[in-house]
Amino acid sequence: MTLLDVRNLRVTFDTETGPVEAVRGVSFSLGRERLGIVGESGSGKTMTGRAVLRLIRPPGRIEADAMLFDGQDLMRASDREMRALRGKRIGMVMQDPKYSLNPVMTVGDQLTEGLRRRDGLGRRDAEAKALAALEAVQIRDPQRVMEAFPHELSGGMGQRVMIAMMLIPEPDLLIADEPTSALDVTVQAEVLSILDRLVRERGMGLIFISHDLRLVARFCDRVLVMYKGKVVEELEARHLLEAKHPYTRGLLDCLPRIGGPRGPLPALDRSGAWAQ
Amino acid sequence: MTDIPAPPRNTRLLQILQQVGLGLMTLAITLLGLLLVTFVIARVVPIDPVLSIVGERATEAQIQAVRDRLGLDLPMWQQFFIYVRDALTGDLGQSIRTGADISSEIARYFPATLELATLGTIFGTLVGVPAGVLAATRPGSIADQIVRVVGLMGYSMPVFWLGLIGLLVFYGQLDWVAGPGRLDPTYDMMMEFTLTSYTGMILIDSALNGAWDVFANAVSHIILPAGLLGYVSMAYISRMTRSFMMNELGQEYITTARVKGMPEWRVIWVHAMKNVMVPLITVIALSYAYLLEGSVLTETIFAWPGLGSYITDALFAADMPAVLGGTVVVGVVFVTLNMLSDMIYRLVDPRART
Repeated sequence: MTLLDVRNLRVTFDTETGPVEAVRGVSFSLGRERLGIVGESGSGKTMTGRAVLRLIRPPGRIEADAMLFDGQDLMRASDREMRALRGKRIGMVMQDPKYSLNPVMTVGDQLTEGLRRRDGLGRRDAEAKALAALEAVQIRDPQRVMEAFPHELSGGMGQRVMIAMMLIPEPDLLIADEPTSALDVTVQAEVLSILDRLVRERGMGLIFISHDLRLVARFCDRVLVMYKGKVVEELEARHLLEAKHPYTRGLLDCLPRIGGPRGPLPALDRSGAWAQ
Repeated sequence: MTDIPAPPRNTRLLQILQQVGLGLMTLAITLLGLLLVTFVIARVVPIDPVLSIVGERATEAQIQAVRDRLGLDLPMWQQFFIYVRDALTGDLGQSIRTGADISSEIARYFPATLELATLGTIFGTLVGVPAGVLAATRPGSIADQIVRVVGLMGYSMPVFWLGLIGLLVFYGQLDWVAGPGRLDPTYDMMMEFTLTSYTGMILIDSALNGAWDVFANAVSHIILPAGLLGYVSMAYISRMTRSFMMNELGQEYITTARVKGMPEWRVIWVHAMKNVMVPLITVIALSYAYLLEGSVLTETIFAWPGLGSYITDALFAADMPAVLGGTVVVGVVFVTLNMLSDMIYRLVDPRART
């Protein structure tokens, strides 16, 4: 069943030197599966993710022929309807917990905020749920983490708090925007396995935005490869390493390999006609 | 992964107490430095303190008597020690002009400034912060333009000119407010002779005495100068609020709050505002300190018997002890406010506590 159907999505920023198109006609659909979006920096993958939540700030503009989430067209939804979907049914985990958590609010206040303000739960019920969510992301001392401020947490802990915060309302779709890029490699694996388990258990759809091709190949079901705001290739994740498209091949060739040939890595060929 | 987040609450309290102690120590050292500066100034200015007391036709014996009384024959370090000791016990010496104790004179003048500056800062904050937020959330809109132009006017128009125009329009033409001074002469007498003075601030004293006619008269006197000072500090506060708020609204945690489905007012007034508060406290404290130093021009135009006009009058009369006494008071106010804002800063920013 289709959870999200995006048709011809465009994100444009009006600047003084004319419009800059960050996303230029992206279409994809997603069921309760894990969709990876890869591409180099500036390819429009983050903007695609945020456009789904309609969280592009002016001067950015979002246009699409349709953006259907569970049958509802997000392009036509009112601000109030969008707010009702955000958090509750669509969540998003951002890159760096150092910036994505409010530095002057305790973790507990941030975790329970949605439950108390949006869902109208009492303090005690909300705290119980938040504690359970922290346990679900394998935080050992949830009571203390609740009282901590974000700067008192390590990066891995912060990102687990972020995941817990987004998964508390059990959304149908989670957008993970480079959720492990700011973390150490060992912590990355832990956070990924937590994310993997929760998404699998709860049967939610996942959009996994990353520039790490090997990670996406392992972690996702399907992959979109983006370049200059366009999808240049869409394929099964397990076939990613055998991709045919010259841009995807270029990205793959840039990856260093342990035990591989030494010497300079090939530069990415950006001159192809696929960019137009 | 190590799980060592928040220290327990009682440690936090201890930290805050530690900060307060540290702040008080800084305060003491700064004040000592300030006293040293005023002490040195008093010794190097080409005004003979003895001559200005005894006059030009005094005998040698009279001059020597005053020298002894002022302790001017003692070694410098001893003079400084006595100066600091006197200052700490609230004795700032005698005014040459009036012969009265400077501390008791300042105790009469300072409340007038305190009252005016406090009201001005309250106006400035109550209007400036919402105006800045409004401008920041709708950059480029008409509201933003208005806030910016009004702010720019507050910056660039001379305060004495605004004060004169204000008096001309609201007092002279419209007669909405009372004129210069803190009270009408009749109420002034009443204040002086029939009411108990608690703070020296007329608004508070008259309210405590239940003398509401005096209170109303004081309000109609203070509203124009306080509004004027409020406008000037509003110009500053709204500009700063606007830029702080725009900065915070671009942060990633704001997106997080929106992702959680929080309504816009909550995103701005809770999530962003809690962060804006941190630098804003310093801004408000600084603008308050600036007004507390006594706005000479405003006090002159509105015949306001405050610290600014006290120091200015003393200066024109070459009344050095009074000028320096006033300077010490201004310094104490400034340092105290700085410390207070530091402490509040720590309360609102958990990162500053560790």
